[in-house]
Amino acid sequence: MTKNIMIVGVGGQGSLLASKLLGHLLLTEGYDVKVSEVHGMSQRGGSVVTYVRFGEKVYSPIIDKGEADFIVSFEKLEAARYVEYLKPDGRIVTNTQEVDPMPVITGAMEYPEDLVGKMEELGIAVDAMDCLSLANEAGSAKAVNIVLMGRLSKYFDIPVEKWEQAIADCVPEKFRELNLKAFALGRK
Amino acid sequence: MRQLMLGNKALARGLYEAGCSVVSSYPGTPSTEVTEEIAKYDEVYCEWAPNEKVAMEVAFGASLAGKRSFCGMKHVGLNVAADPLFTCSYTGVNGGMVICVADDAGMHSSQNEQDSRHHAIASKIPMLEPSDSGEAYAFAKKAYELSEEFDTPVIIKMCTRVAHSQSIVDPGERVVPETKPYVKNIGKYVMMPGNAIKRHPVVEERTRKLIAYAEDCEFNRVEMGDTALGIITSSTCYQYAKEVFGEKASILKLGMINPLPEKLITDFAAKVDKLVIIEELDPIIENHCKQLGLEVTGKDVFPIEGEFSQNMVAEKLGVEVGPSKKLEEALPGRPPVMCAGCPHRGLFYTLSKNKCTVLGDIGCYTLGAVAPLAAMDMTLCMGASISSVHGFNKALGQESEGKTVAVIGDSTFMHSGMTGLANIAYNQSNSTVIILDNSITGMTGHQQNPTTGYNIKGDPAGKIDLEALCKAMGFTRVAVVDPYDLEACDRVLKEELAAPEPSVIISRRPCALLKYVKHNKPLVVEQNNCVGCKSCMRLGCPAISMKGGKAAIDETLCVGCGVCQQLCKFDALQSQEV
Repeated sequence: MTKNIMIVGVGGQGSLLASKLLGHLLLTEGYDVKVSEVHGMSQRGGSVVTYVRFGEKVYSPIIDKGEADFIVSFEKLEAARYVEYLKPDGRIVTNTQEVDPMPVITGAMEYPEDLVGKMEELGIAVDAMDCLSLANEAGSAKAVNIVLMGRLSKYFDIPVEKWEQAIADCVPEKFRELNLKAFALGRK
Repeated sequence: MRQLMLGNKALARGLYEAGCSVVSSYPGTPSTEVTEEIAKYDEVYCEWAPNEKVAMEVAFGASLAGKRSFCGMKHVGLNVAADPLFTCSYTGVNGGMVICVADDAGMHSSQNEQDSRHHAIASKIPMLEPSDSGEAYAFAKKAYELSEEFDTPVIIKMCTRVAHSQSIVDPGERVVPETKPYVKNIGKYVMMPGNAIKRHPVVEERTRKLIAYAEDCEFNRVEMGDTALGIITSSTCYQYAKEVFGEKASILKLGMINPLPEKLITDFAAKVDKLVIIEELDPIIENHCKQLGLEVTGKDVFPIEGEFSQNMVAEKLGVEVGPSKKLEEALPGRPPVMCAGCPHRGLFYTLSKNKCTVLGDIGCYTLGAVAPLAAMDMTLCMGASISSVHGFNKALGQESEGKTVAVIGDSTFMHSGMTGLANIAYNQSNSTVIILDNSITGMTGHQQNPTTGYNIKGDPAGKIDLEALCKAMGFTRVAVVDPYDLEACDRVLKEELAAPEPSVIISRRPCALLKYVKHNKPLVVEQNNCVGCKSCMRLGCPAISMKGGKAAIDETLCVGCGVCQQLCKFDALQSQEV
């Protein structure tokens, strides 16, 4: 059975490393893996989506509505935007950070209140945490992606050492310590 | 070693292993990474050409010389390169020649969603269509053999979902074939009428041979399952069909999309009860089947426009999809915006303030059309801004000349703006052309171009002097402004619009995302000074918002460019000491 992880966020937030890490880890675990994203407008603060699919044999590179086992979100509003893609028994792992989109900046719309509460009202399992603070605690605001991976790892049967090895394989030596700390903080 | 590879990278790896020696391309989403990846191999000569036509002619020249060559582009780029494309079909090749075209169904980053298969059919050139990274890799290697065996260029068609998805590839070693000797052959390579007349039947004969080849080639395969439903498909649609039906349908998967087989299709059709064609964009396989007299379901249920997905394939063919939940609340969208510190912003603010009619072009700066700047009236294709402003002014004369401008980026100007500028110089319209020189090709992710002074590997290269070029064409009025300086932008724009002769304004400042660009500290809002007038909001900068009736700066985004400071009459936006 193919498992589906969607990574969503705002252009420039670092979802590339998260999908690289997952792809590397799952490949090492012996799965067929597909990772898909759309380049182009992503640098310019737009909404960005990455699909990670793994299983015995994966066909489609994309995840469709009602198919995601996990939505990993760098930003609360983006988690809410893609709720439709979640399986009814799927789980959202989200950073509680808010990044105002243009309609909010210009005052045309308000940033929606209590998005986590609203998602939970739908009966969705939401695991929300302040990843930015934890990333800063680890030593860099840029480590939000690895904090999220730490939290996601709790829901997988893959031994923690395998995750740590994947981090070591995917990040440059000088940032290894920092990222392992961020991973541990997210997993706690 | 088995590894996850982007479709474009896998294609590049296949080209490399097949001994590709010369690459010339123009960047364009979603094709860019093919060339960026192959440029990492030192054994391959690789360059960014000024446009796709030049790139294809460079690749043709290398093929003529006996080497295996490549050029890559997006779908609209193949329109630009259509001229050499149609005739190198007649000449054929010496060393193998492979062309990659990447379509963008769904228009993630394009101005139309044309179907490049039409180009392959019209130019009578074989086209392969991989459905994942593994096939992109394998097809690239095989494409050279096909090219040399049938004496033709070969097109590999990618699409966004194959180009930008990673799947498993097991790469091998590079094997470089011997350079084919160049032998002068006027009848084959000099396409004047007397020779071309003799080459056309050669092309038709080649197509007949390629159809026979397509009947039994490794690119096309039948996967028999349940015979109640038969599906003919290709590319990413094959993956969606497998996702939905698995073994519950029989599938004819086409990897060679031009020319299409005949017997293979009719034999497959005879084995299944119902035949469905699943293809994105135009009904090309479908029409071919209909010409063969087959009854098929295709665009009567599937759309011509947009991308497909597994749910869509399921729903259109009556298969139930799983449930999902949705928030009822309307959420604010998150469209792409010009970055904080983008040098284009100051210039577009000036155009907006002066209520100019702006004929735009293709690049990041197309975002100048977005509110609140909304300073763009037209975007058509690469280079059209300059040619169209000439036509606009020729049509309306003095009525438009004093308030109409063309805006075009440095890379787009090199691509196909220069010829339009030559037309203004030659046919003399009183037009004002603004070149937005941000010293890079921004939209596609920072590629070098002839004005940057660096080549694809980042090494120093020839550098075209835009001012000297415009002057050499006969423009006596060539002004350079810093788009961070609003007063200068306004003054120069008014001067050049008022001038009784054509002029060029070069708005020059490097892209704020370039690594070498040094940023200032974020600005701070002096709360006592801010009166909440929202003047700064007219810039549409993502770093500025209103919080509690006063301006607020997002310090993670602000790069201290200071453009907003120039709009504040109350000294509320202040620089921090360095």
